[in-house]
Amino acid sequence: MATIAAVIASTHHPFYLRASTATGDDRPPFADEWVAKIEAFRETLTRARPDVLVMVGSDHFHQLWLDNMPQFLIGKAPFYDANYYNEEREFGLPRMGLRGDEELSAYLLRGGIDAGFDLAFSNELRVDHSITCPIITLRPQADLPIVPVYTNIFAPPMPQPKRFVELGQAIRTLVEAWPSDKRVAIIGTGHLSLELGGPRQFGPHGPDPEFDRKAVEWIASADLKSALAEVSLDSLWLPGNATHGFMDFMLMMGVAGENVRADYADSLDLFHTMEAYFTWYPEASS
Amino acid sequence: MSKYLIDKFLYTIDRDPELVERYREDPRGTVDWWESERANVILNIPERSTWLEFTGAERDALGAHDYVALFELGAHTFLLLTLFIAMFERDYAEPLAFQREFAARLGHWKVPYPDIST
Repeated sequence: MATIAAVIASTHHPFYLRASTATGDDRPPFADEWVAKIEAFRETLTRARPDVLVMVGSDHFHQLWLDNMPQFLIGKAPFYDANYYNEEREFGLPRMGLRGDEELSAYLLRGGIDAGFDLAFSNELRVDHSITCPIITLRPQADLPIVPVYTNIFAPPMPQPKRFVELGQAIRTLVEAWPSDKRVAIIGTGHLSLELGGPRQFGPHGPDPEFDRKAVEWIASADLKSALAEVSLDSLWLPGNATHGFMDFMLMMGVAGENVRADYADSLDLFHTMEAYFTWYPEASS
Repeated sequence: MSKYLIDKFLYTIDRDPELVERYREDPRGTVDWWESERANVILNIPERSTWLEFTGAERDALGAHDYVALFELGAHTFLLLTLFIAMFERDYAEPLAFQREFAARLGHWKVPYPDIST
């Protein structure tokens, strides 16, 4: 059976590449600390020696549009072109390309559908910065095949938070039962409190530091009971109008396993949003 | 109310560099052209819809680059912010100055914000 080499949950910040590569007067004062934290976080994936990456993220109205919007979608393709003109324009992200693991995609689609998730699929998916940001931070050589898993955290009506958790639990169970000798890392990115296109955007901190403090502790301890008790589709509008991205963290808490404390947890209070980084090693604890 | 069509306008302009510039330079003309030529184009099939049109308030808000009005009409805030950054960030000397002005002009809003559901 396959080995889950690491479970990783992270924020994805599209400005990391630009901040980390800026020099001279263009380099923001927080860049060095940010780079140091990312490099330490990257090491948590490197030491897990993964062969393949399951990447949980969300399309930001790039390929998926309101005329045909899936709730959960898994890519099944031999290759994924990545990043879009408007991400190049706004964030300076480069065009990228990532190999796909079609065998694992097919396996997760079949197993997920049979487990009660009516998953959509795509045989030609151009992924965006929700997938490429963690590649840039965690595996910049972009040398491993991926399986993209997209969730709708963006366009109401969205699935309930509980459903994200359940999908994460199903992915964990399926990967553990995958008849393969590969080492699989499951990586998902989301957001803590975040405001985009509203009055609280781009402040000196995230829009709701109190939510962020609680959320970081929920994630670090995979405290699904508290998170599910306090978080609903309605409540997530309150910390910031783009905070539904937190549901991808909840999915990853489902992957990690309820009440399993992260082996690595770190955060960074940046302007505009709180960054947070978590790694679990199921292999070591099993 | 046709929130979906506002979002479709923002989405299709934002992903085309030439249309971003055209909308920046000639908002009303671009909105009128887009509504007559593009509003009913279904994006991935060679057929057209027959029923999509803006309300007067929506047409006026888009034609005036009035992002406060568009926010209040329930435009998707990610699409709204992304396109308006593309058009106007360049006019401000300080980093994030446009984004902060955008926030300040919405400063009279507290949660709950207008519903972005389509």
